Amino acid sequence: MRFSFTEDQLALREAVRDLLAKECPPEVVRAAWPEPDADGQGPGAGARSTPEQLAAVWHHLAEMGVLGLLVPEAHGGLGFDEVAAALVLEETGYVAVPHPVVETVCVAAPVLGDPAPDRSKVGWGEVAISGTVLDKSLDLRGPGGKADEVAFDRAALGTAAQLIGLSRRMLDLTVAYVIERKQFGVAIGSFQAVKHHLADARLQLEFAAPAVHRAAWSLATSDPNAARDVSMAKALASDCAHLVGRKALQCHGGIGYTVEYDLHLFLKRAWALEKLWGDAAWHRDRVGRALGV
Amino acid sequence: MDLTWSEHEEAFRADVRGWLEANLAEWKAAHGGDVPSGDTREGFAIHLEWERRLFDARWAVVSWPEQYGGRDASLWEWLIFEEEYYRAGGPQRVTQNGIFLLAPSLFEFANDAQRDHVLTRMASGEDRWCQGWSEPNAGSDLASLTSKATRVDGGWRLNGQKTWTTRGAFCSHLFGLFRTDPEAERHRGLSYLLVPLDLEGITVRGFGRLDGDEGFAEVFFDDAFLPDDALPGGVVLGEVGAGWSVAMSTTSSERGLTLRSPGRFLATARRLIEGWQALPESERAERGDLRHRVIQAWMEAEAYQLQTLQTVTGTVEGRPAGAESSLVKLWWSELDVSLHETALDVLGPAALLDGPWAKGYEFSLSGPIYAGTNEVQRNVVAERVLGLPRK
Repeated sequence: MRFSFTEDQLALREAVRDLLAKECPPEVVRAAWPEPDADGQGPGAGARSTPEQLAAVWHHLAEMGVLGLLVPEAHGGLGFDEVAAALVLEETGYVAVPHPVVETVCVAAPVLGDPAPDRSKVGWGEVAISGTVLDKSLDLRGPGGKADEVAFDRAALGTAAQLIGLSRRMLDLTVAYVIERKQFGVAIGSFQAVKHHLADARLQLEFAAPAVHRAAWSLATSDPNAARDVSMAKALASDCAHLVGRKALQCHGGIGYTVEYDLHLFLKRAWALEKLWGDAAWHRDRVGRALGV
Repeated sequence: MDLTWSEHEEAFRADVRGWLEANLAEWKAAHGGDVPSGDTREGFAIHLEWERRLFDARWAVVSWPEQYGGRDASLWEWLIFEEEYYRAGGPQRVTQNGIFLLAPSLFEFANDAQRDHVLTRMASGEDRWCQGWSEPNAGSDLASLTSKATRVDGGWRLNGQKTWTTRGAFCSHLFGLFRTDPEAERHRGLSYLLVPLDLEGITVRGFGRLDGDEGFAEVFFDDAFLPDDALPGGVVLGEVGAGWSVAMSTTSSERGLTLRSPGRFLATARRLIEGWQALPESERAERGDLRHRVIQAWMEAEAYQLQTLQTVTGTVEGRPAGAESSLVKLWWSELDVSLHETALDVLGPAALLDGPWAKGYEFSLSGPIYAGTNEVQRNVVAERVLGLPRK
């Protein structure tokens, strides 16, 4: 029994964390903002970075091999397993990388990088590195349709990992803010009501994160309970991110409710990911079926 | 990461399981199958018989050294033992305040004579220890306690009152905090004393808890004389005046991480699922909301197990948890309430009248209060885990 990570896995996480801290600050996330906002400003309003910087994040991740993390080394990938992938995807969640990372790392690359016959003729590298948009009709199923389910579970796991990263980011932002912000002559973080909100947020994180790591291990080892474990992870991570987001917004007060402040970048990403690849209720139901409930 | 148990650990699990199956059935049968709560006078005595049985087979304190009746079991084996114990439906541990709260401090601070005398007798149930920390005006604010120990020739003169002393009316000894330096304030000038309850001047009065059992006691000290040689090795644990740090060191220890291990909640979650499955099909079909609560409760129990595996790994590898133990207390105490509330909703009004779920529900409601209220735990998380300012 050992519930922790290898040196290699931790080193990979550190490398990705450092890269993203440098290449993917909130300004870059803003550059991906697609719609004009209420003031009629153009795409990427408030961005202090360019579309080139946005594209650079993807290319750096590709260069580092992150996009082919789960592809066997024999096929040009890094040959890591889902445990490493979960750690890395947490980091991509922490900075809210505005690219289809989970879709690529967890679904397209491993499926297309699978040497089994009858796969698509599109190479995984082409999709992952050049950012080719996949045709929706592309058949991702392997022989017997089995790979389909595994790919789904991997994506749900990857999304859960991103939600953990997003939760950490929202909590970190909020902790820094309530220490800095003064009202009634003191830091608002000294008020018990604020403390209890953030303790509750930290509590959910403490217990959701290990569920995500266990699900990664179950997938990596093809454990018979893998689907159940993934569903437990996605349900807990979705609910965790939702609660942390609420607490973060509340403790920020008015500033958190502005477009100018960064919190909404993470909050809205979390809302989207909560629902993707099955929401909490859908996954709880799947856990229930696995338990005979 | 490797989430499998070794062959050795699986063999340990099989030993525990086999012994528990045989002995639990025998012990229950000897008492007519329906054993009263260990928080009643009658039930306490019956539970002590069980403790003696555990001790004789060296299952009472598996993680302790062999010389004190343990097995030198690893933290992993301790977890396995706990899991099997509650899976089998093992009864509450009426010795818990001694073996889980006092013993870790003895291992860290006691002299050899104290250890040799106290530990084995505690594990066998020969001496029954209760905790004397809280006072009528010192609950969450423990450092405001006023019970005094005054130095006199050959010992200490005790005055004051302790309360909420769990099972105090059935115990033989008390470990407690007393103010030994009248000039010092708050957490300074306190000493950790080991006190036989049969001294002249000590009165123990049991009183009823919300669940009806005489599980509480108040302990009065009226000029009671505690001789230095009341126990071999002396009656002070650690240094005189250092009682606060001795007491605070018990929050987590190498010999068992927590008062309430995940095994207990996994077992409760399993029983909750069985309760749900026993409902008629038509009722289950109508109660989709309740079904989700059952699943959620199971997931939260499972998440506690996973977080514990992570914590034990950290401890084994030299990265012990610190203030995170407050998160653990918040989790299990709130989980226990929701497991029982969900079960009562599954079972309907009849379950409230009597039976294990109603009793368990009442007990679960004490969880967010004892061992540091959850409000205090949230403050600890905010200040020591998140780094928010105290003031």
